[in-house]
Amino acid sequence: MRSIRVIPCLDVDAGRVVKGVQFTDLFDAGDPVELAARYDAQGADELVFLDITASSDHRSTMVEVVSRTADVVFIPFTVGGGVRSVEDARRLLRAGADKVGVNTAAVERPGLVGELAAEFGSQCVVVAIDARRTPATGAPPTWEVFTHGGRTPTGLDVLAWSEQCVEQGAGEILLTSMDRDGTRDGFDLALTRQVSDRCPVPLIASGGVGTLDHLVEGAIEGAADAVLAASIFHLGEFTVAEAKARLTQAGLAVRPA
Amino acid sequence: MIAVLDYGIGNLRSAEKALQRVGGDAVLVTDPDRAAGADGVVLPGVGAFGCCARALADRGFDTLVRDVVGRGVPFLGICVGFQLLYEGSDEDPGVDGLGIFTGRVRSLAAGVKRPQMQWNVLRRRAADRVATPGSISLLDDVPEPAWVYFVHSFAPEVTSETSSTCEYGGEVAASAERGSLWGTQFHPEKSGTTGLRILQNFVASVPGGAP
Repeated sequence: MRSIRVIPCLDVDAGRVVKGVQFTDLFDAGDPVELAARYDAQGADELVFLDITASSDHRSTMVEVVSRTADVVFIPFTVGGGVRSVEDARRLLRAGADKVGVNTAAVERPGLVGELAAEFGSQCVVVAIDARRTPATGAPPTWEVFTHGGRTPTGLDVLAWSEQCVEQGAGEILLTSMDRDGTRDGFDLALTRQVSDRCPVPLIASGGVGTLDHLVEGAIEGAADAVLAASIFHLGEFTVAEAKARLTQAGLAVRPA
Repeated sequence: MIAVLDYGIGNLRSAEKALQRVGGDAVLVTDPDRAAGADGVVLPGVGAFGCCARALADRGFDTLVRDVVGRGVPFLGICVGFQLLYEGSDEDPGVDGLGIFTGRVRSLAAGVKRPQMQWNVLRRRAADRVATPGSISLLDDVPEPAWVYFVHSFAPEVTSETSSTCEYGGEVAASAERGSLWGTQFHPEKSGTTGLRILQNFVASVPGGAP
């Protein structure tokens, strides 16, 4: 049986949760460990922490957050942001993270995904891809990989890059539509569907969730294995339990909250 | 004391913390001699079968595992730590497992995403097992339906010792039991309150397992 995971995402800057709207315009939404425990209690299937700390001075702060989370939360969680080497990953995994997410560093150093998979196993390696639709010209859409928090175009095609990551040992893809992120217009379903159909590993859809029906669309039309959202949960508009109730209503298998 | 065997593989902190949460006196142990005196032993494992098997042997834990299982010390293998108890794996055909459970570790069926990285429901096979009166089993008092978290591309064959399965492109072994020897393909330390209840059963099965 295929079940759909609901994953709240916590953007963390210097040890505090923030949520980016179109990756700018941040506001503080609390302590990551408290929020993680709250989502666990609501029935979240997994959690993603994205460390957006700019300064390397605060890198150890994230390890401390991971360690405190592992003391109180007994569901899987992924930590992404700033992972550039096997040693970076090891620190987070030893502190209690289950998976690490790599994004910019995977593009800059294509051997990294393979190194992480060889060292810790593919199940630990999530490749995060920030995708932007190339300007519509009437032709079928294509998407380009962006790095550095969505600021840097790479010239890489998202479909080709995601396949390459899986070949190197990625165990999961976390796919964010930059066009939709922060818009609340729903996932880029064509993007999600194409990557999911191409990749034999699980796909987490991200970017654009504004309603619970968007989660359903992501799982059905987008063929995503997991749906990720931040602000709808952080702002208290919907609980994880309500999200799961809607997915169940739509006929999808989910772990009850 | 419950020894969580630390042989340099993956996230061991979660197993240690979860056992402590349910009252277990769990300690990460890197020295086989120290583990030999434990009241209970947990063998976690993530990654590739061959890597884990080699890491286990390099640290002398293969002999330790055979010894404690042979002495009937309560034992719990988790994920690849469970798979290592079988004879071998199609993931790394040249590498021997410990051969404590009969059977081999096979790939999940084609046509489903691999790894299975999700929550799934346990189907009990209790009817196949003869419970020892007064003894504790892995899934005792675990509420139904029991949703647990899986991350794996391979799983042991379903045998008479398989105590639960899940459905994922076919019937997949989720746990096995032989007396005080238990193994789970899923991660009880990552399966929320259901997983903690399973670990509580393990702690309860260990004389001297709580501080």
